Amino acid sequence: MSELAKNARVVRALGMRSIRQTFRRPQLMAPILVFPTLLLAIQTGGAGSAVDLPGFPPVQGFLQFMLAGAMMQSLMLAGNSGGIALAVDIEMGFTDRLFSAPIPRFTIVLGRLAGTAALGLLASLWFLAIGLIFGAEIHSGVLAALIAVFLVTSTAMAVGAIGAAIALRTGSASVVQGLFPLVLVVLFLSSAFFPNDLMIQPAKTIAEYNPLSFVVEGIRGPIISPVDATEELEAVAAIAGIVALGLLLSARALRHRLRVG
Amino acid sequence: METPDRAIVVEGLERSFGEVLAVQGVDLEVEEGEIYGFLGPNGAGKTTTVRMLTTLLLPTGGSATVAGHDVAREARAVRASIGVALQEAALDPLMTGRELIRLQATLQGLPGGEGRRRADDLLERVDLADAADRRVGTYSGGMQRRLDLAAALVHEPRVLFLDEPTTGLDPVSRKTIWEEVRALNDEGTTVFLTTQYLEEADQLADNVGIIDRGRIVAEGTPESLKAEVGNPHIQLQLAEGSIAEAEEVCARVGKLLPPRDARTVLVEVENGAADIPRAVRALDEAGIAVESLELVRPTLDDVFVNKTGHHIEKGKTGEDEGEGADREPVEA
Repeated sequence: MSELAKNARVVRALGMRSIRQTFRRPQLMAPILVFPTLLLAIQTGGAGSAVDLPGFPPVQGFLQFMLAGAMMQSLMLAGNSGGIALAVDIEMGFTDRLFSAPIPRFTIVLGRLAGTAALGLLASLWFLAIGLIFGAEIHSGVLAALIAVFLVTSTAMAVGAIGAAIALRTGSASVVQGLFPLVLVVLFLSSAFFPNDLMIQPAKTIAEYNPLSFVVEGIRGPIISPVDATEELEAVAAIAGIVALGLLLSARALRHRLRVG
Repeated sequence: METPDRAIVVEGLERSFGEVLAVQGVDLEVEEGEIYGFLGPNGAGKTTTVRMLTTLLLPTGGSATVAGHDVAREARAVRASIGVALQEAALDPLMTGRELIRLQATLQGLPGGEGRRRADDLLERVDLADAADRRVGTYSGGMQRRLDLAAALVHEPRVLFLDEPTTGLDPVSRKTIWEEVRALNDEGTTVFLTTQYLEEADQLADNVGIIDRGRIVAEGTPESLKAEVGNPHIQLQLAEGSIAEAEEVCARVGKLLPPRDARTVLVEVENGAADIPRAVRALDEAGIAVESLELVRPTLDDVFVNKTGHHIEKGKTGEDEGEGADREPVEA
């Protein structure tokens, strides 16, 4: 078996463990599917007439507009949950088992990210299904769904890398858990739940430059309108930036952890 | 540096954490196929040393080779040669026993079929086959340690590191782990065992290194270390009669030691238990009634006290010296 195939096997096995861990620990699963679904239901039911505001993008309904936001919330919390799970592994010594195995150490982080990506995939399918069940139109059809799945899955991995970096650096589940409100603040300061054009300053400017806004628009665009290549490329570039930052921070945090033991 | 007959070679190993020097120039050698007991109190530097030898922590000074590979420069080769069961059984309570061993097999690069077969064999070996599909969180402490041990064996390592494998276990579970360690050693596995239990080191180890405050203070076989402290002594408690008369009789058997109280005679003997019949006959012939008689051997704690001035096990102080002694009671 080649080195690449061996490493892929390790990443797959660790990713599977990560998914099982999430499904077996309700406190990790709840933020990924339950909370965003509840928020989606409350917002759609309570603020549906927002679509009539001047400047609101043309949409079939508020649920159609909100699907991208719900997916973003889900993937952000999946990344955070992945960080919490890694920190728990460090606290209980499980990472020592992994660090003492003859595997490249980056596979440990990649395994965790593979699990987070799979949860992102699940979230994207879940919210697409909810949208279809409750009558939201997916404007660009299958292509919109595929784009949403790709962007949500890859963003989950990117955000997971930042969660992993914080977990590796601090080794404390409570610190990573403490970032939960911050995750929501960053998300609310994007166009996830409200159109950028209708925001007031300084939130409007922050949202304009928030990389998450680019990802949200990349997911939302094909759901509410025809596919816009520029919008999608901007989303991919934003994800690439988050991935690069996450992996850089993770690599540094991993080196730090190995140095301090 | 290839040292085929030495499983572990450590030279001047050091590790500091800021200002604190946790390990201060440790030197030791472990031969292939031996059980090496690394004995010391809490905080002595045992776990830090093991973490360096298992590549979990980089040394800040000195060098070490495990299975012929340098722990700093050839870490991955070291990791392929060793099995590790650390102090806190590093288990995921949400996984089942079978899932954990199979994951470990994957981490060690075993092909899928072989990994599954090894997992089944090992679960059988450590008597966890019936509990294999239960979550680890439902296991008792002893079961968790056995599972951890099984996971460490999945790739048949040359050198097995066990960091305080029986801490917190009940006597029955402890004995089970000891039997397993002996069996593994009989099969040729070199075992590096850290412990704070004197009896564990005494019972299991071919050689013992005693560490205190980051330094090795004594090294050798348990017997040779204890012999350095002195010969065993017979301690007899008189039922009646004068201690002077008993001492006169006992002086013919060995060297009298200062009595502890008015009814106890202590006599150092050269031949250990072999001198007991002589003592009993001499006392009997002199008509001296004895309430109890026991042979008190020096222990590794005596060695530790001799080298460091304090006891190894928690709760012992210089005043209760002798309580840790290894006694062989004899009914008089």
